[in-house]
Amino acid sequence: MAASGQDALLRVEHLSMRFGGLTAIGDLSFTAARNDITAIIGPNGAGKTTVFNCLTGFYKPTEGSVILTHEDGKQFLLERMDDFRISQQAKVARTFQNIRLFAGMTVLENLMVAQHNTLMRASGFTVTGIFNSPTYARANREAIEFSEHWLEKAGLVDRADDAAGELPYGDQRRLEIARAMCTKPVLLCLDEPAAGLNPRESEDLNGLLLNIRNEQKIAILLIEHDMSVVMGISDHIVVLDYGVKISDGSPAEIRSDPAVIRAYLGVEDEEEAEVVVERAVAAVAKKPAGKKVAAKKPPARKKGGRK
Amino acid sequence: MAAAPKSNDVKTEARPLEAAAIAKDVLFTAILAFIILGPILGLKTFAISGSLALEQRWGLVAVFAAIAAAGRLAYHLLVWQKPQARPSKAASASFLPAISFGKYLVPVVLILAIALPFLPGVDRRVVDLAILILTYIMLGWGLNIVVGLAGLLDLGYVAFYAVGAYAYALLATIYLPAWFGDGIVPWAFFITLPIAGILAALWGVILGFPVLRLRGDYLAIVTLAFGEIVRVILINWSDFTGGPAGIGGIPRPSFFGLPFTDGEGGFAAFFGLDFKPIHRIIFLYYVILVLALLTNFVTMRLRRLPVGRAWEALREDEIACRSLGINTTSTKLTAFAIGAMFAGFAGSFFATRQGFVSPESFVFLESFIILAVVVLGGLGSQIGVVIAAIVIIGAFEVFRELNFLKAVMPAGFDPVQYRMLAVGAALVLIMRWKPRGFVTRREPSVVLKEKKAISTDLVAEGHG
Repeated sequence: MAASGQDALLRVEHLSMRFGGLTAIGDLSFTAARNDITAIIGPNGAGKTTVFNCLTGFYKPTEGSVILTHEDGKQFLLERMDDFRISQQAKVARTFQNIRLFAGMTVLENLMVAQHNTLMRASGFTVTGIFNSPTYARANREAIEFSEHWLEKAGLVDRADDAAGELPYGDQRRLEIARAMCTKPVLLCLDEPAAGLNPRESEDLNGLLLNIRNEQKIAILLIEHDMSVVMGISDHIVVLDYGVKISDGSPAEIRSDPAVIRAYLGVEDEEEAEVVVERAVAAVAKKPAGKKVAAKKPPARKKGGRK
Repeated sequence: MAAAPKSNDVKTEARPLEAAAIAKDVLFTAILAFIILGPILGLKTFAISGSLALEQRWGLVAVFAAIAAAGRLAYHLLVWQKPQARPSKAASASFLPAISFGKYLVPVVLILAIALPFLPGVDRRVVDLAILILTYIMLGWGLNIVVGLAGLLDLGYVAFYAVGAYAYALLATIYLPAWFGDGIVPWAFFITLPIAGILAALWGVILGFPVLRLRGDYLAIVTLAFGEIVRVILINWSDFTGGPAGIGGIPRPSFFGLPFTDGEGGFAAFFGLDFKPIHRIIFLYYVILVLALLTNFVTMRLRRLPVGRAWEALREDEIACRSLGINTTSTKLTAFAIGAMFAGFAGSFFATRQGFVSPESFVFLESFIILAVVVLGGLGSQIGVVIAAIVIIGAFEVFRELNFLKAVMPAGFDPVQYRMLAVGAALVLIMRWKPRGFVTRREPSVVLKEKKAISTDLVAEGHG
């Protein structure tokens, strides 16, 4: 359910992003509650990744504000912060649609880089660290232990000393999530974590994400096309089309919202739409894991994707 | 299914060329070599009574074309004739001894380096060459931080070398004696060394700021321009830098206050040795050895610190770095500053060794040679830099010694004139066979259970 204003971890208010004449996001408002998995779905080019880039500082939004509230009441206006400060101070971590690992570094090194800021302080900004001060040595040991903890969760302990670029695709996806978790975030933004995974891997991913939410008490913001993931684990779904929010609610509400079906299947004829809605609902209801029910773009849709 | 092994057989069974085809290929090689080398070797201009005249040396071209043809023929008969076995388990097995050999290589080289001045048959020329090579090793290690670790292509590295050299030259000849009297001069080198390093680091940051947003080719062009700007300023700011004439009479280093002079109060007299000019050279050798080892030690240590890992992560993927909360601005600036600092140390050493600095010493070719040392050694590899510096600088010098070639080649052949050509050709060939440099393994900076070297095929080269 949409969280009430007070309890919200993340409040996006009237967010707009224009590139020249193109409005990628138009007046988008939604909230993400603490300890919830919030999914953002929508057809290709709906502006989902643009929303992520605005939240994590890679784009500066044209209008609107993004407010993150920590549990202790500390507020951050993300739209005004540099990208690296959003991760460093506001504690928002993200992954990328096209995996961005440090391919030539080992799996463990990837996780150590994610703990850069903690280690940097412990190493006295390199000055004392160069003499291997006890503080740094201890922080380094703890960082390795913390990395190992996340390697276990991601099932990658055996590959810790292999180059990240050598891992199979599914492992790379999980490593990227583990790396984001090593920054100790309060909000984890995942951009299509299940893309390219087989049904089994995507099942594992669901387990990992639920574990992050339930045990670590960390909220997740998710962009996903794979409906088995979206419907299976999210508490709250926001649907975008052409940069505009067309629906917002629990998975059950979204499933039966005609506007959503229309956006996905591009059907304009009302009668035909109803038929398609019924079929889609049936498909989602008895979904075999991993079937991409709604990701397919039908020919009726007029405009091409934009990223 | 059945077809697969068959097609494999066809592949492994190399078809030796027919004799006629070989002859044709060899002839083609000879003609091609003749055409390519014709303008380079065949025509020589020389000045005669104020005008240029042309000397034709087709015989020389024919000799080289014949060498090329013979090489091609040898390749046909010796290499391509054999069925080419795929590099398989046998090949990787033969690589194993190389690894354990590599383990002993470093201490052996280190001991050799320390003992070098006292080895039999080592005279002043050898020590001089060793000093030159060590200077390039140090510069290579310094540039390795910027190019190899942080992945920022810097074509103007020599500018920081120049800053260090001029910092020492100006401070030691003018400012230190003016401020503290002449008594300071024997100590000038040790006082100025850190100052030169700091000044060079400062210039590293000054260069770093405008180029923070540039990547790849654009970064290379701006750093190249920066190197030229520094050189042009050195030429034109005559009041301060001495202009094209440079600065002479730079104090030579003393043995911690004891000058290397004959007679009372000198190094030799103090230690009861016979005075020999080589003492100073040997001392210089140890100074640069210590400086180079310090550079190496600091770099190796930094790699294991968060800042070093951030440099490498920056080389791999800058956007991912920012998403993990790494301040890429300060990370890049520290890479520029620390790399530049070591160039400043090396420049300071250069000035005291030469006793004379001028803008001539800091041309683009120097930047290029240092970059070639880093790239040839394998980006990011410390031992690779050592190998590459010995190969490149050694090759330059070896060509001065090849006098026996004069006897074999036609009259007027001077091997020294061909050294740039030969070194250039060698670089092309090495890059053809070892495109990622001599050392193609990256050592991980932290290990959980078992240390595994990473093939540099996976490692990004950095995009600026």
